[in-house]
Amino acid sequence: MATSLNLRAALVSFLLLAAFLLVWQGATAGFGGTSGGLPAGMDPEYAKLMGLTATTGKSAMPSPLDVGGALMKMLSDPFYDKGPNDKGIGIQLAYSLGRVLLGYAIAVLVAVPLGFLIGMSALMSRALDPFIQVLKPISPLAWMPLALYTIKDSGISAIFVIFICSVWPMLLNTAFGVASVRKEWLNVARTLEVGPLKRAFTVILPAAAPTILTGMRISIGIAWLVIVAAEMLVGGTGIGYFVWNEWNNLSITNVIIAILIIGVTGMVLDQILAAVARLVTFPE
Amino acid sequence: MTDSRYVSIEGIARRYTAAGGRTTTVFEDLWFSMNKGDFACIIGHSGCGKTTVLNILAGLDAPDTGAAIMDGQAIAGPSLERAVIFQGHALLPWRTVLGNVTYAVSSRHRRWSAQKVRDHAMRFIELVGLKGAENKRPSELSGGMKQRVGIARALSIEPKMLLMDEPFSALDALTRGTLQDEVRRICLETGQTVFMITHDVDEAIYLADRIVLMTNGPQAVVAEIVDNPLPRDRRRLDIHKQPDFYAVRNHLIDFLVERSKTFKSALPPGYDHRHPPVVRPTTGLSTPPDGDMRAA
Ligand SMILES: Nc1ncnc2c1ncn2[C@@H]1O[C@H](COP(=O)(O)OP(=O)(O)OP(=O)(O)O)[C@@H](O)[C@H]1O
Ligand SMILES: [Mg+2]
Repeated sequence: MATSLNLRAALVSFLLLAAFLLVWQGATAGFGGTSGGLPAGMDPEYAKLMGLTATTGKSAMPSPLDVGGALMKMLSDPFYDKGPNDKGIGIQLAYSLGRVLLGYAIAVLVAVPLGFLIGMSALMSRALDPFIQVLKPISPLAWMPLALYTIKDSGISAIFVIFICSVWPMLLNTAFGVASVRKEWLNVARTLEVGPLKRAFTVILPAAAPTILTGMRISIGIAWLVIVAAEMLVGGTGIGYFVWNEWNNLSITNVIIAILIIGVTGMVLDQILAAVARLVTFPE
Repeated sequence: MTDSRYVSIEGIARRYTAAGGRTTTVFEDLWFSMNKGDFACIIGHSGCGKTTVLNILAGLDAPDTGAAIMDGQAIAGPSLERAVIFQGHALLPWRTVLGNVTYAVSSRHRRWSAQKVRDHAMRFIELVGLKGAENKRPSELSGGMKQRVGIARALSIEPKMLLMDEPFSALDALTRGTLQDEVRRICLETGQTVFMITHDVDEAIYLADRIVLMTNGPQAVVAEIVDNPLPRDRRRLDIHKQPDFYAVRNHLIDFLVERSKTFKSALPPGYDHRHPPVVRPTTGLSTPPDGDMRAA
């Protein structure tokens, strides 16, 4: 039953994709139009500005086949480096991943111990709560000017923004997970005279691990959302900068490819953490 | 007799302050004691404070006044001398059966080698009949098996006193019976001092030497202590053929149904909190068999 459901779901997914690609292909195949001349009513200035795509009557939107071809070409040589404005997609992705993982790692190192502290102490939990509640809803982009002004270095600013945005879900989840460890388990440790440090590692951490991982999963999603926006602002390298750059080049094909890659990478990051979460989750 | 008291509860009270500032007294001026090797059961209606008493004995909770004393020392906190079998078994789900037991053993014997800890743990896993399941996680076990792990974990630290909070209440009758047999055998063999909470009158009669009857809360008191008249070598399956069985059973059921509510409002003349009356119901002085009544 379960396998047949999976099979049917996969089939429906495939059909939806096929239908989407077909509609896309149909919509971008061009209107035939007035061969050679300008489409009726088009301002010649605008036509000049927009380049060939607009004037030929063919849609500026690339077809799925164009995108597929370009993607193949990119993937065949993802790591070339021909100067600041022309790097392979693999290199750009690596820059983004590097920033995300660095900012995220710092956030984990801060959020998990601090969350432990907050979760174990009712006092700290109450004292820090107003700060967390105010800081949590701030948009990553709002931090950017402040980061650029104080840190100066744009690369570090991007990492800082990743850090500051991904720290909250982990902090809150860790604190919640630690605070809601079953009292019975703590009592087991207490009756065995297990010391506080050993108790933290042998009871609280494993008990809170699934909740902590949930926070980490939310955080990696946020970090990956933020990096694209941050790199658009900061410029230089990374998949976000790539999108911006290709938009300035008016290469919609490359923009679409970048979108696809951003989506797939985000999914992979999420799935990695989901797999880790499964490793530390034990049903009772 | 008073000199040989191994565990004694001396005038303890426990109060909770509600949100509105009103305090409720769960119990007050509660006294009773146990000898070494005693198997005591405490019976009383839900909410009368049985778990609170057990937690105080375990050192997980502290009385507001009075003291609990074991082996000449006031109980000031949890200790490896007293093992607890929790109501909800409280196994650590991320550890295997063996892992749960070794966690206890290695806490008790911090200098032991891993191999020694493991061998010791395996001995107790075998004792409760779980050999072969030592690498399973709690989620893969049945309710009875989980409870066995809890028992193995508690016994493996070889405590001076075993505290059990309704250890068998979540089990089916068959499993409960087998586990009762095993626990009784182990405790008799090792001369274990046991304090156990139960709601099951028959269980109390089968296992306990002495049964502490607690009245309804709040302000519960120990109504009396029932000295079990059945011979020590009783067997579960034909225990109802013992001459005094129905005398004890009726006495207990009568208490749960009637006297647990009314006892406090009309304390018998000469009732002393410090020395609750000890009664020993035998066929001579009790009502005839009335087998169908059940504890509320
Ligand atoms: N943390 C608490 N705050 C306030 N009241 C409490 C608290 N813990 C227990 N009580 C009260 O103390 C009383 C005794 O509780 P306890 O758990 O000892 O009962 P019990 O006899 O073990 O009941 P049961 O048979 O249902 O397990 C109850 O009336 C309960 O409402
Ligand atoms: Mg209870």
